[in-house]
Amino acid sequence: MKNNSVISSPVLGVIAFIFVETMLFTSFISAFWIVRSGAINWPPMGQPRLPLLTTGFNSLILLASGFLLYTGYRLFSKRGFEERVRKIYFTSLILGIIFFLFQGYEWARLIRFGLTMTSSIYGSFFYLIIGFHAVHVLAALFIMAFFYKKLEKKGVFSAVLALWLFVVGVWPILYGLVYLK
Amino acid sequence: MSESHSAHYNEGLIKKYLFSTDHKIIGMQYLFTGIFMGLTGAFMVYVFRMQLAFPGIHVPGFGLVSQAAYNALVTNHGAIMIFWFAMPVLIAAFGNFLIPLMIGCDDMVFPRINRLSYQIFFLSVIVLFASFLVPGGGFGGAWTAYPPLSAKAEYNLTPMGAPLWLIAVALEFVAFLLGGINFITTLMNARAKGMKMYDVPMVIWMIVIASLLFMASVGPLIAGAIMLLFDQFIGTSFYDAAKGGDPMLWQHLFWFFGHPEVYVVLLPPLGMAVEVITTFSRKKLFGYKTFLHSVYITGILSFVVWAHHQFVAGIDPRMANLFAITTLIISVPIAEICFLVMATLYGGSISFTTPMLFALGFIIEFIIGGVTGIFLGASGTDIFFHDTYFVVAHFHYTFVPIAVIGFFIGIYYWFPKMFGRMMDERLGKIHFWGTIIPFNLIFIPLFFLGMYGEHRRIYNYQHFPELNTPGLYFLRELATVSTVVMLAFQTVFFYNFVRSLWKGKKAERNPWKANTLEWVAPSPPPHGNFEKMPEVYRGPYEYGVPGRSTDFWPQNEPN
Repeated sequence: MKNNSVISSPVLGVIAFIFVETMLFTSFISAFWIVRSGAINWPPMGQPRLPLLTTGFNSLILLASGFLLYTGYRLFSKRGFEERVRKIYFTSLILGIIFFLFQGYEWARLIRFGLTMTSSIYGSFFYLIIGFHAVHVLAALFIMAFFYKKLEKKGVFSAVLALWLFVVGVWPILYGLVYLK
Repeated sequence: MSESHSAHYNEGLIKKYLFSTDHKIIGMQYLFTGIFMGLTGAFMVYVFRMQLAFPGIHVPGFGLVSQAAYNALVTNHGAIMIFWFAMPVLIAAFGNFLIPLMIGCDDMVFPRINRLSYQIFFLSVIVLFASFLVPGGGFGGAWTAYPPLSAKAEYNLTPMGAPLWLIAVALEFVAFLLGGINFITTLMNARAKGMKMYDVPMVIWMIVIASLLFMASVGPLIAGAIMLLFDQFIGTSFYDAAKGGDPMLWQHLFWFFGHPEVYVVLLPPLGMAVEVITTFSRKKLFGYKTFLHSVYITGILSFVVWAHHQFVAGIDPRMANLFAITTLIISVPIAEICFLVMATLYGGSISFTTPMLFALGFIIEFIIGGVTGIFLGASGTDIFFHDTYFVVAHFHYTFVPIAVIGFFIGIYYWFPKMFGRMMDERLGKIHFWGTIIPFNLIFIPLFFLGMYGEHRRIYNYQHFPELNTPGLYFLRELATVSTVVMLAFQTVFFYNFVRSLWKGKKAERNPWKANTLEWVAPSPPPHGNFEKMPEVYRGPYEYGVPGRSTDFWPQNEPN
């Protein structure tokens, strides 16, 4: 009965979801902007500086993961769910996990240096925005693992890809906004 | 043996009515939960109106109203009526019931996500009721929950009530996001064969556009709510100006959601009114595409008017000017919509059935609400009217037609399809006049009270010498007595509803002689809706086409 579809239902559902998520991230970013533009010192005095380079390196890992999944999808559309696609999918998943763990390690260090959620509005926004993204990474990784068995369906693979590309794609914006300034 | 059999049967019943993935059952779950919440909200308004008109009275059925209780009642009346009555009934209940039936498919595209949506909604209801029962009582910081009042327990004195209230609202939003994803995908991908975009009945368009508006606007509020929860729970300072935060930030995030929300709840009843008005004036909808495009423009404009709620909150006056202009511009497409409805009525052969009366009442009362909004949208007059009962009367003139009258339009019109029986017309008309007359007698006095300077959210006006006059108390008592009368007349509706469920006249498939696809299905529709999946050949409003023996032309008839 589900006929005349231009975009398959799982993909359309994920696109609608991504639309909401985009608004959500935009809200956090604009809130961050408003508070930052009203502050006299940014980052505030006495707060540790963020690890630009190590996180930059970590960003590359995440971007590589997104790119890999995309190439895997290209291969999948040509040849179906074969062994190489599986390998690429797993590598992408593992790179995502590495990114997540590395971020957690960075957080532990920052907390030791005295940057916490309540230490300043700077810390609050750092953990809010980056943490919110981390939650998305974690959820997307779970979804990638969970839907592994249903990937032969093209709609499911494209939906997972759309979700992961969103999570990967939003990261450079957050990195540029929170770390680079 | 028989015991195990009945246990098995019970399990089936629970599975059918509690864990069903059928869109009609989920619609009914939303409908009855929504009605229950509507009654809760109505009880709250009865209690605090009694306190306002007769300060210090022992309200029958409640008792003495303390200040904290008054604040909690006002707050939760607003929140419940919008989030737990208007949205579940107008969008979720009618959306779930009508979308698959009216676009001619067997169910939603994601039935299990649909079930999850209702389960999360039900959880939000439980959390909301739990917020009344915790130490400190329910949240009393108004439904807009402005910080710092909402952020700090030492100000609002509800250390548990405030976070629970916020969590309940957040859960409700998650439920509606899941529902909205379903509605949009279903409309795009599951239409009957031959149904083109401009053959979709207007009510379906309205529900889907409302879902889109909701999904576009809710992100900022969820973001704001997360920050507010952090402020409440672990003492961050997102909204604390003393520690570098910004309390205005919440107002921007809240109203960026809050204003489109008005159109989220307006559009579904507007669509229902269109279905009813075309059916009972036996005329084609005047300007289908113009109507749809006016709604698009309204929806887009609704995202750039939010700061008119903040004219006196300390925003830049130049910004206030801009928002006053956009606010006045948004009345243009809305006026366009009203003219299209009038043009549809013009020259039609109108029959004043109960749903038609409610549809006409909806349009007329909503116009009063819209026109009084112009005074509030202009930043100059708003400085005087801000936070007075003029505002209260204005938005109730929009929200009561939307939520209450809109709900009755839908119920009276689709009751035969939902339950397979007709409602009583005579009782319906008594109920209509018993609702519409007291409704005006409640809110017209409030306009005058507002103009006299009566401020909102005050527990006892005896403490204010200028407001403690017999004349003003007469107006307050008039509003309160009318509230009680209006609520009392709702018993006519419930009597009619329950009686018609069992004793109403059996409904045929198409009792109103309407064109849309839901009338092709049996009344009530079985699981899977249609015996044979319908095909669509024309638009939904082909009434009175010359050269045909009947004055209607169903969408699924080839010729």
